[in-house]
Amino acid sequence: MKGGAAISVLMLLGACAPAPVETAPADTDAVARGRDAAARLGCGACHDLPGIAWPKGRVGPPLAGFGARPLIAGRLPNRAPQLAAFVTDAPAMAPRTAMPAIPMKRAEADDIAAWLLSLDD
Amino acid sequence: MTERTLPSEGWPPAVLDPAGPYSEPVTLLAWVLLVGGTVILAIVLAALWVALRGSPRLKNRLGGEKAIWILGFAFPSVVLTGLLVWGLLLTSSLSAARVPEGAMRVKIIGEMWWWRVHYQDEQGRETLRDANELHIPVGQPVLLELEAADVIHSFWVPRLGGKMDMIPGRTNRLLIEADAPGVYKGQCAEYCGGPHALMGFVVVAHAPAEFARWQASRRPADGAGGEGLALFLSSGCAACHTIRGTPAQGLAGPDLTHVGSRKTLGAGILPNNPGTMAGWVADSQAIKPANRMPPYHQFSGEELQALTAYLVALK
Repeated sequence: MKGGAAISVLMLLGACAPAPVETAPADTDAVARGRDAAARLGCGACHDLPGIAWPKGRVGPPLAGFGARPLIAGRLPNRAPQLAAFVTDAPAMAPRTAMPAIPMKRAEADDIAAWLLSLDD
Repeated sequence: MTERTLPSEGWPPAVLDPAGPYSEPVTLLAWVLLVGGTVILAIVLAALWVALRGSPRLKNRLGGEKAIWILGFAFPSVVLTGLLVWGLLLTSSLSAARVPEGAMRVKIIGEMWWWRVHYQDEQGRETLRDANELHIPVGQPVLLELEAADVIHSFWVPRLGGKMDMIPGRTNRLLIEADAPGVYKGQCAEYCGGPHALMGFVVVAHAPAEFARWQASRRPADGAGGEGLALFLSSGCAACHTIRGTPAQGLAGPDLTHVGSRKTLGAGILPNNPGTMAGWVADSQAIKPANRMPPYHQFSGEELQALTAYLVALK
C-alpha cells in the first residue's frame, strides 16, 4: 500500500516535468566562432563572458547560462533570430537600454547568438 | 571550458617578429645570445659529466693545463670580446645619436597608465596632440623623444625597434621604422604600478600617400555634438579631457579630439567600437582597475547612448 502511494506520487511528479524541448544540435563551429567574435569585439567591456578571462565588465549582466534564460533584456523571447538582431542593434529592440548598436557582420551576429544560446550553465 | 584572454588583436605584441631595420638587429642579437648561451651551457654540462663520471684519462685531460688554457682562458676571451665588439657596433648602429636627415619627430610622454603623443615639425615645434596611438609613414626612420610625467615607464614596440626607458626629468631618444603598412602593438615594459600590464600602445604605419591623407584629416572637432557633447561638458569629462574645437580643454587625461578613429580604447587594450566605448565610459574600473578615470554611475541608458554616439563620431 505504502509502495503504491509512493509510485503514484512519483507518477504525479513525473507529470509535472515539462515536455522535452526539441533543440537543434548546436553547430559547434558557429559556437566557437561566436565566442571568438565576442572576445574580438570586446563584449567583455560590459559583460562577464564565460570562458574569457579578461575583461569582465559590470555595466551589463553576466552572460553565463544565457541560453537557459527565457527572455532577452526582460522583454524579447530568447531565440536565435531575435538574439542576433539584439546584439547588433539593441536600441532598436529595447529603446532605453545603454547597450549601443554595434557594427558587426550579419554572420558574426548569428555566430554570437549561437554561442550565447549554447551557454547553459 | 578553459579561461582565455583575447584582448584587442595583436596585443600583447609579438616579440620575435621584427618588421623594420631598427628591430631586426635586436632580434638577431637575441637569437645569437640564446643559441650561443645554450651551446655553452651544453659544454659546461658535458664537462661536469666528465668530471663526475668520466674515465680517469678524460678526467686528467679535463683537469690538465692545456684544457685550462683553452677552455678557461682562450675560449671565454675570444667569445666575450667578440660579443662585446659586435654588440657595441650593433647597438651604436641603432643609436639615435645619429639621426637621419629629415626624420619625423614625435615626443611621447609616459603617464600612469597611458601615453601622450605630441607630433613635432623639424624645428621641434608641436604640430598635433594625440594619445596612445602613433601614426607614421612606412620606410622612414621616426625619432621618438621619450619622457615620463610621473614614474619610470619603458617604451617598447618590439616589431619596430628597441626598448627604451622613459625617465622623469630626462629625454631619451629612440629610432623606429616600419617596412610595411600595418598596425604594430606596443607595451609599457617597466613596471609602473597598478594597471601597468594594461598600458598598451599602437603604432599605425601608412604608405606615404595614405599618411598624407591621415595628416590632412587631423582637424579640430566642428563643435557640433548635441546631447552627447552637452553631457560631456556637464558631467565633468571636460575637466580631464580635451576635444579641440569645443570648450573641453582638460589636460589630465588623453586628448579625445580623434578618439573615434583610434584603433583601441584604454591605451591599446580594447577594440574601439560603440560597445566598448560605452563600457569604458560607464565603468572603466572593471576593465583597467585603478586607472585614474572614475566610474560614471549617474548616466541613464539613453544618456550613455548619446555620449557614446558623440565620442565614436570624433574621427
